[in-house]
Amino acid sequence: MTTNQSKMDSAVDPNCVAPNSSQTQDKGFALLKYVIIGIVFGIVFVKAEIISWFRIQEMFRLQSFHMYGVIGSAILTGIISIQLIKRLNIKSIHGETINIPTKVFKKGQLIGGFIFGLGWAITGACPGPLFAQIGSGYTVVLVTLISALAGTWVYGRFEKYFPN
Amino acid sequence: MNQFIEWVSQPWPWYVAGPMIGLTVPALLVLGNKAFGISSSLRHICAACVPSGIPFFTYNWKREIWNLLFVLGTAIGGFIAMNFLANPETIVISEATQADLTALGITNFTDLMPVEIFNWNTVFTGKAVLFFVIGGFLVGFGTRYAGGCTSGHAIMGISALQWPSLVATIFFMVGGFFMTHVLLEPLMKLVGF
Repeated sequence: MTTNQSKMDSAVDPNCVAPNSSQTQDKGFALLKYVIIGIVFGIVFVKAEIISWFRIQEMFRLQSFHMYGVIGSAILTGIISIQLIKRLNIKSIHGETINIPTKVFKKGQLIGGFIFGLGWAITGACPGPLFAQIGSGYTVVLVTLISALAGTWVYGRFEKYFPN
Repeated sequence: MNQFIEWVSQPWPWYVAGPMIGLTVPALLVLGNKAFGISSSLRHICAACVPSGIPFFTYNWKREIWNLLFVLGTAIGGFIAMNFLANPETIVISEATQADLTALGITNFTDLMPVEIFNWNTVFTGKAVLFFVIGGFLVGFGTRYAGGCTSGHAIMGISALQWPSLVATIFFMVGGFFMTHVLLEPLMKLVGF
């Protein structure tokens, strides 16, 4: 991992969910595109009721196909898109070769994954919907967000004590 | 135009929402060479606000500002959808789920969220400790330990055919099933349902 890390000019480790592999740094108005993609994403979350605590309960009780359909078709769309990018060697708008990060297996994916699952069923939200819930007027979810930040911080602070 | 507004105001089916979410993956890759992932925003906020000299939070978070702008957009999108495109009808929740939740003490099924939990009046009650404080902590801790959430692992990771992400997603589901079917009922009783 140390060698991988030194290869990347970003200080974020390669296991980070969203490693930033672009060489071109977006500045100023160019950054607006991320806000816009986020807005579309947030609208979909509300309109398809993905932010609903009830929909997550339906999913974990196997009483509705809705969330399985959403996640399944999102993955299928993602697989097709990435295959097209790879096979047609599509470049980013800055002309860079698109880098698709590899995930390294670690115990955290089992233990941490299980812990996140527990929280997902309680809060009815993974991190994306948390932000959409707050924006859509469930402002009390700010408490959940602050607690999620605390959880992230505690993991970071005591990282070396957890099996990985 | 009115017809269009009426059409978008209906709840969107999974086969519209899923592909739109999936398209976030190539959109971020092509527009900025960025890998889709949301829980890292929590890490960047920690790095920006309370790094406390911890190596895990000591990196150039400003380089990752796109991720924070993305989640800001997600919140704005939530605002727009709720205020301008809201479905006029009440949410339709499966009858089986309604029956199960009624048995747990939830009675109001008219909103996207159970209003007896998700309102400011519950903030100083045991309900808040369970649903916001403990729940939120598990989400933040678990996603960071797992190295990703539903977006980074389930959608981005599996889309890129990364088997560790499939493993992580399976364990997300196992955790969710375990909470829903084993722990939720006693925990809800404990906080006064």
